[in-house]
Amino acid sequence: MTKKNTPFTSAQMQHVAQLANLELTDTQAKKLATAFTETMEVVNRLQQLDISSVEPTHQVTGLTNRWREDEVDKSQEFTQEEALHNAAHTHNGYFVVPRIVNQDS
Amino acid sequence: MKLRSLTLAETRKKILEKSISQADVYNDIFASIAESNTELNVYLTTVDKKSALEKASAQISNELAGLPIAVKDNFCTRDMETTASSTVLKGFKPQFESTVTKKLQENGGVIIGKVNLDAWAHGSSTETSQYGRSLNPRNLEHLPGGSSGGSAAAVASDMCLAALGTETAGSIRQPAAWCGVVGLKPTYGRCSRYGVASMASSTDSPGPLAKTVEDAALVLNTIAGPDKYDATTSPKPAPDFTKTIGKSINDMKIGYIYHDLKGLETTAALFEPQLKVFEKLGAHVEKVDALDPNYSVGSYTVFQRGEVSSNLARYDGIRYGKDRSHFGEEAKRRIMLGTFTLSKGLAEKYYSLAQKVRTLYIQDYEKLFKEYDVLVSLSSPGFAKKIGATEGESMFGELEDMLLEPSSISGLPGISVPCYRDPKTNLYLGLNIVAPQWREDLVIQVGHAFERETKWNSWLNINESND
Repeated sequence: MTKKNTPFTSAQMQHVAQLANLELTDTQAKKLATAFTETMEVVNRLQQLDISSVEPTHQVTGLTNRWREDEVDKSQEFTQEEALHNAAHTHNGYFVVPRIVNQDS
Repeated sequence: MKLRSLTLAETRKKILEKSISQADVYNDIFASIAESNTELNVYLTTVDKKSALEKASAQISNELAGLPIAVKDNFCTRDMETTASSTVLKGFKPQFESTVTKKLQENGGVIIGKVNLDAWAHGSSTETSQYGRSLNPRNLEHLPGGSSGGSAAAVASDMCLAALGTETAGSIRQPAAWCGVVGLKPTYGRCSRYGVASMASSTDSPGPLAKTVEDAALVLNTIAGPDKYDATTSPKPAPDFTKTIGKSINDMKIGYIYHDLKGLETTAALFEPQLKVFEKLGAHVEKVDALDPNYSVGSYTVFQRGEVSSNLARYDGIRYGKDRSHFGEEAKRRIMLGTFTLSKGLAEKYYSLAQKVRTLYIQDYEKLFKEYDVLVSLSSPGFAKKIGATEGESMFGELEDMLLEPSSISGLPGISVPCYRDPKTNLYLGLNIVAPQWREDLVIQVGHAFERETKWNSWLNINESND
């Protein structure tokens, strides 16, 4: 049997949320802490397996270094209008981005 | 009999013989959508019938003869809203077409609408969709499964002739099993991921959901093959997947994987008698031991969440879509778990461990395929769950996909074919058939042989299923 892990806390959830650029309410953080604890119990069972002589598999195709010519593909080009048409905020043909420095000023 | 209940292959044949017209087919399919879609909540977007029919008419001489296809809403379709069932992408109209939907349309398929899924394909129920859950057309108190639940439900309710879905852990085969349709998950790298909202890039696999195995093979023929825009597609040219339709399975060796899992004994008792069909057809079936699928849940959970946290980092609401506050609960949970397991000091402990466990499954399959041509099991441990079943279940999807995850994380092809129908509930079980990499031909051959020899396909046995 795997021993029970220390349960996750809401504070840990808020820290991870900050790293992932997400915002959580206190209720959400609490709920997520429980879900994290349950999920990591399942994950921790992996430690029961003997993997000492096993290499990791990051992809299954066996393909490596698939090169192609570095050339412009006209069919993949967007016009400025096309590039901007899904943006919520544009200005003079540019995307408008939220301010990320000196947010208080 | 209504035209909507013909298979894709039958409809195509009748159109080419000119015994029916495309307009007859479109009228009946759109009538079906008008009758059922409000209740089932399957299509998020539909196209105008007149413009679809115009496209169909121009495509009549191509492989799919201009017939109507439903597409999971995580494929980018040019100028047609694509949401991945998340409000983050509400209103998003891609400026480009995914490779798979482009090929589908070049080969005579006409997209008549975009169908519901679990938001970002995170789930196995459609209950995480931010546009409401879909219902299982076989029994409206139950879920269709997911994440390609809309695709499976669209096929089961005759609101299209075939559909496209994607599978990362079990997202084609599990909803196919729950809705009593055929779901074909190709080998990873067989169909391009270009233009599909990325979930777990190392296992995402587009593929067809259809009424019959032959229909699934016909659709796969149109979408498979190398793509210069997706370097993980195999350079191998795709074969004709209909070649093994009708081919004998005499002398084939079939391994039956059974695990002693909670709740599985009841469904296994219904499933095992079905395997006698293979013996009747001259194949040999043996029970085999395979690596416990519980570990695949842990492995998949770690690397899938890791890939999700990276793939969903792009949604910042600047170039398209809305900001990150629009993510639903499930997406947040997955992004956060991935962020956690990939964080400094933990990546080696969790991510690397998960990828090593993945290798164990690949090695286990290599060993089994030395002795067996294909491996079979149930597609899902049980019948379709009731509405609301996911509430408070943080690992719902993983547990429902458990019998499929080992093959998904190993990149293998598989098919789910209806293999039992409960006469009381009208709900189905699916037979999962798995073959070595690039051997879709084998799962099609064995699936087709099973389908033709049994009474479980509701389109091929219309009288049986209406008892």
